Amino acid sequence: MTLIEKYPQEVKQILARYPQDQKRSAVMPLLYLAQRENGFVHRRDMKDIGAMLDITETDVASLVGFYSLYHDEPAGRLRIQVCTDLSCALRGADDFLAALCESLGVEPGGTTPDGLVTVEPVMCLAACDKAPLFQVQTGAGLEYHERMTIEKTLEWIESRKEAAS
Amino acid sequence: MNFSRSMVLVSSDPESVRRGADEIYALFEKEIAARDMEGEISISRLTDTGRPDAAPIVVIYPEAVVYGPVNAENVKEIVEEHLYKGRVAEHLLAPTRELSGRIGWLKTRKGTLPAEKRIVLRRAGRIDPENIEEYIAEDGYQALAKALTGMKATEVIDVLKESGLQGRGGAGFPTGLKWSFVAGTQSEKKYVVCNADESEPGTFKDRVILEGDPLAIIEAMTIAGYAVGADEGFVYVRGEYKLAQNRLENAVKQAREYGLLGKNIMDTAFSFDIHIHSGAGAYICGEETALLESIEGKRGEPRSRPPYPTTEGLWGKPTLVNNVETLANVPPILLNGGQWYRQFGTPSSPGTKVYTILGNVNFTGLIEVPMGITLREVVNIYGQGMKDGATFKLAQTGGSSGSVIPASLQDTPMDFESFRKAGVSLGSGALLICDENTCVVDLALVLQKFFKFESCGKCTPCRVGTGRIHEILTGIVEGRGTLKDMENLDYLVDSLTRISNCGLGQTASVPINDVLKYFRPELEAHIKLGVCPCGVCPMSAPVKEPAAVA
Amino acid sequence: MTDRVTLTIDGKQVTVPAGMLVVDAAKKVAVHIPIFCYHPKLGSAAMCRQCLVEVGRPIIDHATGHPELEDGFPRIQFSAKLETACTTLVSEGMVVLTQSERARKGQKEVLEFLLTSHPLDCPICDKGGECPLQNLTMAHGPGKSRFLFDEKHHAEKQVPLGELIFLDRERCIQCGRCVRFQENVAGEPVIGFYQRGRSMDIVSFSEPGFDSVFSGNTTDICPVGALTTADFRFGARPWELMAAASICSQCAVGCNTTLNTRREARSDGQIVVKRVMPRQNEQVNELWICDKGRFAGYHYTERDDRLLKPQVRRDDKFRSVSWDAAFLQAAEKLQDAEKPVFLVSGRLSNEDLFNLLQLADGLGAETLLYTNMGGGDLTGMVGLTSGSNLADLGLGDVILVVASDLQEEAPLWWLRIKQAAERGAMLIVVNPRETKLEKHADYVVRYAYGDEIKTIQDMNKATHKIHKVFAKAANAVIFYGSEGLGLEGSSGLAGACTSLLVDTGHYARPNNGLVGVWQRANDQGAWELGFRPVKDLQVIFDKSEVVYIVGADPVGDGAVRLKKRKPFMIVQELLSTDTVGHADLVLPARAFTEREGTYTSGERRVQRFYQAVPPRGESRPDYEIVAEIAARLDTALEREPGLVMDQLAEHIPAFGGISYLKVSEVVEQWPVINRSELFYGGAVYENTQGLGMQLRPAPVTSFPVSKGKGGLRPKEGLLLAVPVNKLYDQGLTVLSAPLLRERIGELKVCMNPDEADRLGFENGARLRIGLNGNNAKALLVVDPTVPSGILLVPRSMGLPIFEAGMPVLSKVRKKVTG
Repeated sequence: MTLIEKYPQEVKQILARYPQDQKRSAVMPLLYLAQRENGFVHRRDMKDIGAMLDITETDVASLVGFYSLYHDEPAGRLRIQVCTDLSCALRGADDFLAALCESLGVEPGGTTPDGLVTVEPVMCLAACDKAPLFQVQTGAGLEYHERMTIEKTLEWIESRKEAAS
Repeated sequence: MNFSRSMVLVSSDPESVRRGADEIYALFEKEIAARDMEGEISISRLTDTGRPDAAPIVVIYPEAVVYGPVNAENVKEIVEEHLYKGRVAEHLLAPTRELSGRIGWLKTRKGTLPAEKRIVLRRAGRIDPENIEEYIAEDGYQALAKALTGMKATEVIDVLKESGLQGRGGAGFPTGLKWSFVAGTQSEKKYVVCNADESEPGTFKDRVILEGDPLAIIEAMTIAGYAVGADEGFVYVRGEYKLAQNRLENAVKQAREYGLLGKNIMDTAFSFDIHIHSGAGAYICGEETALLESIEGKRGEPRSRPPYPTTEGLWGKPTLVNNVETLANVPPILLNGGQWYRQFGTPSSPGTKVYTILGNVNFTGLIEVPMGITLREVVNIYGQGMKDGATFKLAQTGGSSGSVIPASLQDTPMDFESFRKAGVSLGSGALLICDENTCVVDLALVLQKFFKFESCGKCTPCRVGTGRIHEILTGIVEGRGTLKDMENLDYLVDSLTRISNCGLGQTASVPINDVLKYFRPELEAHIKLGVCPCGVCPMSAPVKEPAAVA
Repeated sequence: MTDRVTLTIDGKQVTVPAGMLVVDAAKKVAVHIPIFCYHPKLGSAAMCRQCLVEVGRPIIDHATGHPELEDGFPRIQFSAKLETACTTLVSEGMVVLTQSERARKGQKEVLEFLLTSHPLDCPICDKGGECPLQNLTMAHGPGKSRFLFDEKHHAEKQVPLGELIFLDRERCIQCGRCVRFQENVAGEPVIGFYQRGRSMDIVSFSEPGFDSVFSGNTTDICPVGALTTADFRFGARPWELMAAASICSQCAVGCNTTLNTRREARSDGQIVVKRVMPRQNEQVNELWICDKGRFAGYHYTERDDRLLKPQVRRDDKFRSVSWDAAFLQAAEKLQDAEKPVFLVSGRLSNEDLFNLLQLADGLGAETLLYTNMGGGDLTGMVGLTSGSNLADLGLGDVILVVASDLQEEAPLWWLRIKQAAERGAMLIVVNPRETKLEKHADYVVRYAYGDEIKTIQDMNKATHKIHKVFAKAANAVIFYGSEGLGLEGSSGLAGACTSLLVDTGHYARPNNGLVGVWQRANDQGAWELGFRPVKDLQVIFDKSEVVYIVGADPVGDGAVRLKKRKPFMIVQELLSTDTVGHADLVLPARAFTEREGTYTSGERRVQRFYQAVPPRGESRPDYEIVAEIAARLDTALEREPGLVMDQLAEHIPAFGGISYLKVSEVVEQWPVINRSELFYGGAVYENTQGLGMQLRPAPVTSFPVSKGKGGLRPKEGLLLAVPVNKLYDQGLTVLSAPLLRERIGELKVCMNPDEADRLGFENGARLRIGLNGNNAKALLVVDPTVPSGILLVPRSMGLPIFEAGMPVLSKVRKKVTG
């Protein structure tokens, strides 16, 4: 199914936002749309977007590679991104990340064997005074979880597991 | 323009005037003139002191000393002692007993000096950001109405110029001047772009404005459109700011419904519309030309300038790019006049500044204060002192490209001019306060990791240099540092600043530069003695796996 | 504002057009500012920052508008930061310092940054010896690195971007020249940057990888050894190579090339061609060549089935004979025949053709051109004339392309026409199906197969929009091809085009006229010399006693079927073709790499190629073979190509004034490419061997009336098989290049989805196709850009559709097999 078949309304709205002769500008919102469902952009969607905007698949891929919020590979259903920047590091974000990875038995950037959780360090999430914190990409969009502890995090993961099953 | 070495602010709120503030003001003028110091010392008025108990008060910068209550007899002594001899007249100081009140962002607060002054944040947290009615009820859209119905475009720009508003994105470029550049470029199509790609670590002031008062930005952009002759605008919001995006989308929708966006706004000939464009995780897109590239659907790599966006911006059209906080200042300035704005802050940097206070202080959060307060005040007043009675060691301003400010500079007024003179930068408005347990090398390493990750890679010095600095610092914290590393760091800092293409590369070395400048002994201890004085750095190289024996 | 400005660069004053970049202006006074990412054809990117210089500008007194003076000289203010010479535009009174302490420091630092993450594998790097980074390091680099790292920067070293081009990620300095070439020059951004920062690298997501016919050029302009061709990598070192100037023989554009050769052990001590490089000719191919020219340019000359000795057929077997015996037999046979026939092709040089013409004259022989495209008589009259250059076309000019898929047939013309359109020339593409050129066109006119001539004739009506466009245009050029057309149809189309040009006054002056998109390098030359095709070759073969076939394979192409009674066939060839297989006398010719000569390009430019390698076996150049045969018939013909050209110029009016001396002349070209300082243009060769010379306008007063009908039309229930030209086909010249096999692929035929539905075929179906008794297996590609009723069949892909190049109407019967 192509993007326009899946989200006809959204695609139309996105395209309308930019001048007729500058269709290419719609590529970023379309990439968000493409990754809405599975959390990553499929090769097929890159091709699809390229065709829609009259640019090459390589052009589209080049953007996926540049912007860190686009992913070209599937990850766990919960992509937990922990901010480890300076202000967060001072509030123990590094330790939080290490402990979380250990509890889940993954390396930073890795995914649990059941495919549920991916943990990765990211740059500033702009909630510096509420570290340790993470954002998580879910089907519904981005969620922030602030002032976290390992216990609270694991509890939350557990609840999502139940919700999923 | 003359620069003053000191500034005297005399309070002029009704209570102070009642107690003779005007006379005191005149006496200061007279006494200063009597000592031939007019060229060195400026006098201004201060409103809303928040200290009725000590009125009238006199604040003297750069020391930020507050005297009060001051009477006519004290003036001569203050001028003699403080301004002439440079000694604080201790016995005339205002009592400090009320400084311990809880300071919290989103709470109105009284009783501290210099007062927190809310211009940008005046509605955030007080109104429902998703309801345009509440926005309108709180002066919303009055500025636009004033502009559209009673002012020529040039008059709008004149008011901004008069106000002295400077860009709050970090560079401090005069906003009115920028507007006049775009207005002065002939083109059938122009754009107004709001830079809401706030990505400096430690900074989230724009996020609070966008989430708390999104319509202020929409209104300001509309005014900008009218002033520069644009009919379309884009807000480039950081990809991570989903809530801000939703609120902006909602704000645009409501504004359209109320006829405040779209065709013939307020039944005038003026039409303007706004679109929201979400970034996707690239710090570099905060650089305005990279941001424009990104809206155009390209990799966010900065363009080489000239041409500047004011003549060739989005899709080659003249484009006004302004930061969120800058725009948020526009409606109140228009409503109250340029002179009104100048009563806050310092003559060279009028107005207020929103800061995020973070780190080892008792209060962390957001404040909006007049330009020109000092770091010491931030720590002791707004930050309510260092945590656990620790000692202030340094502050890191404005995210990653901000300066590392040592204790010796904590009395420098925080405004563009004074900081520039002191050789440090105000940055984007973050204040990360660190105590003596913070290792500067470790701090620099974390900052450098960020730059290495966020360098777009377009230009050689930044692409390679940020990585090199990171490697050297890694070596030092792992105990592998050599004196040659110091030399190389000096070299890299100098080189990156001089030959990088854009602001990222040119400022990526600011923190490490400050460390080399102010904390050299600490860095040397890591290298020469092999110890981290704060006990933070591991100081031992990661143990390598022994090679398997065949 | 004046259109020229004067500035001073390192103390040298130079006056250049306003709008020029400092880096280019410096070039004008031989100041070589070091660069990596900048390339004069790609524009500025300001990525590498190698070209940092100090720039000062006069302080203008705002009251007077004139520069402020100090001791009579303008006061100069230098900018606080170094500026990149590749983005800074010249301005009046500017002072540029490229060698000041500050500037040199900046340049040195950038170089050092680049070197800190570049591997020192020069000894095994293909670019070593012609590498800008290496050159600049030798010139300005520090002797020792200031950084000591346990670990160097590691990255993958052999990444195929496709099967033609390899990327060495370690060596890449992220200058983006390749990416910008594909985007700005080739217009096919199929490679791009992935990731960012130091992780940034080049990727291709196209299918197949790096899907562009211009991909090889990126390896020439890559300023390090990051991009290499699968053809040349690890093949030789640049300093071992000899360079011979040549002209590409693959199509009618006539790209100037350099053949790099060396004597090597692995070729048994022979001198062999190692690679084809572009040679600058700003009037023809600028600095570029297409991948067919690069990767298939010479391989066919090295095939094992090259003919090495003269042979005669005795008792149905070939026996080698001496050249003397062969010449004698050829002479006798030709003399004895009543009216011998010479069948020649545009693969031959002007010199070969002229000697053949002379010999035929003496014998009273018929001279035939082997081609399925007509109209060359007209391109000889209204073709481009001396002083023409596609690079001159722009705003106010018009270019019309009809019945040709130009990127497949003549990639460099495609490129140059695209550029003209970008400069503002109006581009009109008239074709029965979509082609890649349309993206750049102002007007696209679609007609049904069969309506070619009528379409152009309609345009020539005074009220027609396109007629008006032509009438108003300053210059107009028409490129016509033969898609869907045979000899007759294409002749008719050429006639219709000629009428349009003549009626609107676009001929007999520079940058105006008709260009045929010929399939062979010297088709135009053959027409100019008077060789003409016939509609039915079969008749000729049926009735003639002796046919002398030079450089053509009518049997292999299916153009003739040999019957029991066949003429005595003298075949002069390079390779063992089907026609050679049926020959009575075989004369081995030399390849263009082994001899000298000239070709006349489609733009009527006579260009010279030189000998690059020694001849194979006993082969001889065609002009010499002909002269030897003539000598045995008491006709003296020149044997030196230069002298043949002198004769030619004397006899053929259009060639008047042309000589080897003239075509070998060079004038300074812009950009200045000079292999002694490689960092400017890349590894491309400069042109010191001649820019060629265009033919004169023919003094014509009347033109043949355009007649002839267009091609066939599809009919109800029948499919029209239309032969189309593909860049990569299974013709011997391409198939011999091992590298291109994957790109050639198998026979693919294309059809409209509705048509496929009607016939019950699915995309990707394997079909067996029979046309005129020829059978082949083919893969079906369902393509909505193909008109209904049409089956596109690529030429030279194993399914001959000859009939003088005409489309074939065929009933499709679907046979279901298990």
